[in-house]
Amino acid sequence: MMSKVQIEIKGVQNSLMVVLGEGKWQDAENSLIERVNSQSGFFKGAKIVVDVGNRELSAFELGALRDHLADLEVTLGTVISTVERTKENARRFGLATRIPSSQSNLKKITPLSTEFEGEAAVMIHRTMRSGFRIAHPGHVTVIGDVNPGAEIIAGGNIVIWGRLRGLVHAGADGNYDSTVCALDMNPTQLRIADKIAVPPKRKKGEKVRPEIAMIINEQVVAETWNYKK
Amino acid sequence: MTAEVITITSGKGGVGKTTCAANIGAALALTGDKVVCIDGDIGLRNLDVVLGLENRIVYDLVDVVEGRCRLRQAMIKDKRIPEFYLIPAAQTRDKTAVSPNDMVELCDRLRPDFDWVVIDCPAGIERGFRNAMAPADQVVVVTNPEISAVRDADRIIGLIEAEEKGPAKLILNRVNFDMVKRGDMLSGDDVVDLLAIELIGVLPDDEQVLVSSNQGIPVVFNEKSKISKAFRNIAGRIKGEEVPFLNLEERNDLLGALGRIFRGSNAK
Repeated sequence: MMSKVQIEIKGVQNSLMVVLGEGKWQDAENSLIERVNSQSGFFKGAKIVVDVGNRELSAFELGALRDHLADLEVTLGTVISTVERTKENARRFGLATRIPSSQSNLKKITPLSTEFEGEAAVMIHRTMRSGFRIAHPGHVTVIGDVNPGAEIIAGGNIVIWGRLRGLVHAGADGNYDSTVCALDMNPTQLRIADKIAVPPKRKKGEKVRPEIAMIINEQVVAETWNYKK
Repeated sequence: MTAEVITITSGKGGVGKTTCAANIGAALALTGDKVVCIDGDIGLRNLDVVLGLENRIVYDLVDVVEGRCRLRQAMIKDKRIPEFYLIPAAQTRDKTAVSPNDMVELCDRLRPDFDWVVIDCPAGIERGFRNAMAPADQVVVVTNPEISAVRDADRIIGLIEAEEKGPAKLILNRVNFDMVKRGDMLSGDDVVDLLAIELIGVLPDDEQVLVSSNQGIPVVFNEKSKISKAFRNIAGRIKGEEVPFLNLEERNDLLGALGRIFRGSNAK
């Protein structure tokens, strides 16, 4: 004759925890299976935690419980017990013996920093139109044109993969080693650190080449980009 | 019927927004569509003047928004075209009399009964611009081939992109083709090169436009003129038709044809 064992169900850390009350293991297991079966809609697909209390359970008994639950499409994830032997057997089945604490998990994973010191950069993948302004302590890369009336202020270098027509200020913190490169360099004004340069008006039909601007002998100089160098 | 709302804007003043709004609205209506034009320039209205409907204004946009009249009462019907209406702006108020939300609501009330709602946006980037932009489905930017107008157009296009109303379409107005040929004026290619948006029309600098605006007869009504054809082509492109560009700058004689051939071969 089977006697009922009290079953308590609660939600713990995003999973369902089943606490089995006093009684023989066989009765407790049957009661649990019966309960899961009668509420299969609720349990189906769940991963549950079972608290077996102070019972000493063999590997065979735990394996049977896992299989019965699996038949009902419920995964046994964790077995909680006060008995060391039970815990050991559970671990041999690859079952957890503690409720996973989401908080402690989070603490362990700290994102790796991919930034080198002072080398932060932003990339803008669009045309910078008049009135658009960006100020960044690191480098600035633009894929697109920088139109007249747009402004870029960077602590580091500025790279424009497109036409430069607006105002750029590289090394705004006073870094003389900063450079500005553009595929087509014809800015309204170009500043590096505290030097200001206004490029000469372009002659008609002048060939456009990628250029790089830097400070040489206290002067802003732009030269044609020579990849062989 | 669900109307599409087109806002005509420019940033800079005096480039021909109102002329374009009047003529594009009329050109759309001439194709048989139901069109309503809204003058968004509260305090400095003139779409009514250009359309020659000034003397028929009783109620205006602000009266509608503030509930002093029904929407239909403020809509002036242009008798020259079957389904062409104007909602004039108030002259005695300013831009703050209407909010962007009011404009969205107004356009939503108009949508079921029309094919097109054309909004004439005021110059500038302040409240009036935001009012006109809020309900827009399509934005048309008008500019002239001069640096200051192109600069402002660039700024406006950036703002339109920021409002996620883009991509805007471009009309280049007041082009003097002789000056372009001499290299004294920006060409359509130069402007498109900088602004990088779709060009839907190039309009020549034509005295006829000023004359007809003063008379209150949109130039598009004069079907023989080239500029009227240009406006009707723009209307076609707004409707999504493939319309080839007019050769406004080319002479239709042997010399012009030869010139085209030589230029074509040079380009390759």
